[in-house]
Amino acid sequence: MKADLVIIGGGPAGMAAAVSAREAGVKDILILERDEALGGILRQCIHNGFGLHRFGEELTGPEYAARYEEMVKNMGIPYMTGTIVIEINDKKQVTAMSPEKGIFTIDAGAVILAMGCRERPKGALNIAGTRPAGIYTAGTAQKFVNMKGYMPGKKVVILGSGDIGLIMARRMTLEGAEVKAVCELMPYSGGLARNIEQCLNDFNIPLLLSHTVVDIKGKERLEGVTIAKVDENRAPIPGSEQYIECDTLLLSCGLIPENELTRSAGIELDRVTGGAVVNGNRETEIPGIFACGNVLHVHDLVDYVSEEAAIAGQAAAEYLGGNSAAALSIKVKGVSGVRYTVPQIISAAVETKIYFRVGNVMRDKHLVVRDGEREIVKKKKLKLAPAEMETVTLTKEMIEALEHNEITVGIE
Amino acid sequence: MVDVLVIGAGVVGGMIARELIGYTSSVVIAEAREDVALGATRANSAIVHAGFDAKEGSLKALLNVRGSKMMKKTAEELGVKYKNNGSLVVGFSDEDRSTLEELKIRGERNGVPGLKLLTRDELVKIEPNIGETVSCALHAPTGAIICPYELCMAAVGCAMDNGAELRLNFKVAKIEKSEKGYIVTAENGETVEAKYVINAAGAYSDEIARLAGDESFSVHPRRGQYMLLDRDSGDLVSHTVFRCPSKMGKGILVSPTVDGNLLLGPTAEDIDDKTDTKTTADSLAKIKASALEQVKGINFGKVITSFSGLRSVGSTGDFIINSPFEGFINVAGIESPGLSAAPAIAEYVRDMLISMGAPLAKRDDYNPTRRPAHWFSELSVEEKNNLIAEKPEYAKIVCRCELVTEGEIRDAIRTNPPARDIDGVKRRTRATMGRCQGGFCTPYIVEILAEELGIDYTRVTKFGGESYINISRTKEV
Repeated sequence: MKADLVIIGGGPAGMAAAVSAREAGVKDILILERDEALGGILRQCIHNGFGLHRFGEELTGPEYAARYEEMVKNMGIPYMTGTIVIEINDKKQVTAMSPEKGIFTIDAGAVILAMGCRERPKGALNIAGTRPAGIYTAGTAQKFVNMKGYMPGKKVVILGSGDIGLIMARRMTLEGAEVKAVCELMPYSGGLARNIEQCLNDFNIPLLLSHTVVDIKGKERLEGVTIAKVDENRAPIPGSEQYIECDTLLLSCGLIPENELTRSAGIELDRVTGGAVVNGNRETEIPGIFACGNVLHVHDLVDYVSEEAAIAGQAAAEYLGGNSAAALSIKVKGVSGVRYTVPQIISAAVETKIYFRVGNVMRDKHLVVRDGEREIVKKKKLKLAPAEMETVTLTKEMIEALEHNEITVGIE
Repeated sequence: MVDVLVIGAGVVGGMIARELIGYTSSVVIAEAREDVALGATRANSAIVHAGFDAKEGSLKALLNVRGSKMMKKTAEELGVKYKNNGSLVVGFSDEDRSTLEELKIRGERNGVPGLKLLTRDELVKIEPNIGETVSCALHAPTGAIICPYELCMAAVGCAMDNGAELRLNFKVAKIEKSEKGYIVTAENGETVEAKYVINAAGAYSDEIARLAGDESFSVHPRRGQYMLLDRDSGDLVSHTVFRCPSKMGKGILVSPTVDGNLLLGPTAEDIDDKTDTKTTADSLAKIKASALEQVKGINFGKVITSFSGLRSVGSTGDFIINSPFEGFINVAGIESPGLSAAPAIAEYVRDMLISMGAPLAKRDDYNPTRRPAHWFSELSVEEKNNLIAEKPEYAKIVCRCELVTEGEIRDAIRTNPPARDIDGVKRRTRATMGRCQGGFCTPYIVEILAEELGIDYTRVTKFGGESYINISRTKEV
């Protein structure tokens, strides 16, 4: 099989990339989706709050996905569901498997990686104690409740204050469960301010910052957890332990981009984002392989995923059209408080929006972009938080005037 | 009345049952838990030891060296992954070096081939990531790795395919002498009458012996905690890297597994509770510190799970394999190197039965082989496509991380010994065992189990008993 553009993943990133590639003139597109339907994780996100930026209205996850699915269908973009990609190589050969076609290989002109992310599992947290039933990631619980119609438990403690955990605190409460506490290891929340307000405060669910779970009790089904306060080095403080009876522990301790396929193609990953290193076109080190959405770096809002995917779709069209020669190679480096930037490389003198995240909560600071010692952007920032993605836009003129082959983005 | 009742479906009981089914079609395996391979077999170091550890002349030494030699063929017959990766015992001082010299001499007397002392330079050539302060090592080329619960499941499955019966949730409550053998009664009232009883009940083998009237030994649990790292860490070392034993005990090991993960552990904690498989923060920290001295560059961000297992330590210091009464055989205190010795223990027990006059004659229709659990992933693309054309469920991926299909999960529920819960599916297929630890696939596996077993979605358990995954439908709380 052959296709000009193969898009791996039919979630919000994959669909938006397909739509923009088609708008930019790519005829032969194929979306491969491992689930039974398009939509990705949005299918189980039945709460609202999606689409304010992109569509100017509040949609539920399935509604947001449906908007894009409709565009994909109206444009006649082919897609295959129930199809899992097993491997991609550096020659852009994509090997996939589906019940209808068995194992097959597609020679792709260009590839867009849009596989999304997964939740950090319990094992990675190394919590001491027994291993009973009743411990799930927040997303697994969300699937049980929203997709299957079953309740994983009724007395709940949530570890980690990521957005899915906050959303599930409210969801479980609405289903009649008692959410006893949300414990967050860090002194600040991992979720959006609006979710803390709407999902915890509105339901009187306590958010215990600088707390973690230190012990798990229960042989068959979870019976309770011991939580403790942690010091500035995140070590539990002896004497601060508190036992909470519960039958369910939900984990919302971070998301990890799903880059096993990216690695199989031999593409270098950024150690901080866990996603590929890309230029402004969201193109990886292999020309013609692009990445966008949560597989590249974890986003707060699906609206930003769509925006980034549109860049990748457009760029893939340009690559297939033969105009993609990288003119520049300027490194973008996060410094003093900035954990990472995407893109990590500027390869053309065009207006470029740089996304970044900070490593700590900061107030009354300046965002500064420097070319060597020279300040090219300086902006006042009242509040910065790790949970909220930030952006800064560099104009074409700014990029043309750069004197060094590295610029820095920092908080001063 | 059956010929043989094996109590305990761990790797020892499983291998014994598989051996005996080659001589009589009348074997029952009674297991207290909800599945096979749940005791020491479930969580241990997964090592086939070369055999230099055990004291000369002990049963441990004899059966370890013999079992280690048999393991490759056994694994091939049963379709179990096995890798002869060799092992290293690393030392950090001159004192350690003399301990390694003693181990070498002991190993040679035990009949372990190829043992060699290595200098740091020689060591770094074969293991470039060895710890900076390691100064010497003992290399044992016959050391190997295997998946212990896979070996056990395959052995029990093979025995069942040849006619053995597996009784799960059979908690032995009473053992009485009958005219021709023994009547063994479970807590739930089920009974099995057998001419010969083999007590392979692991941590509980002392209690089983006591029920039969033998109070000559005891067994206590020694907990070992482990950490398992994701598959991209498995190639950090190719050998199993043991730490030189000291007054502080045998120490922990760093080893690749047959599935490509990296395994660190175990600790050695003598405890009282035979069910206490919790992990503790202190022990995990100890493992970390020791592992980093032995091997450099271990990325603890790649830990996907930590767990603990209980070794059954016998009161005699050696394996306790004896017959206190006619027709009753204890196979107890099978701590390390029990996994390595298991195939040899099975033959040893067979010979004991024969010498007792048991009517064992080699069966012509016995099939020692079993289709590998990983048969699907080992097919060629063409073979897979032929199968998928006929049975599309072999292309429906359920577990994305380990690429396990719906067809393989249904197989695990339909073939001997059948999976009955999420953990049972996990041990048979690796589904949920990957980097997301079941985050994506658990809801689907629950669905398949409910359908195959004909039970409600809320009745599906993680590991039997009350370990329900879901408690009710929504709107019912």
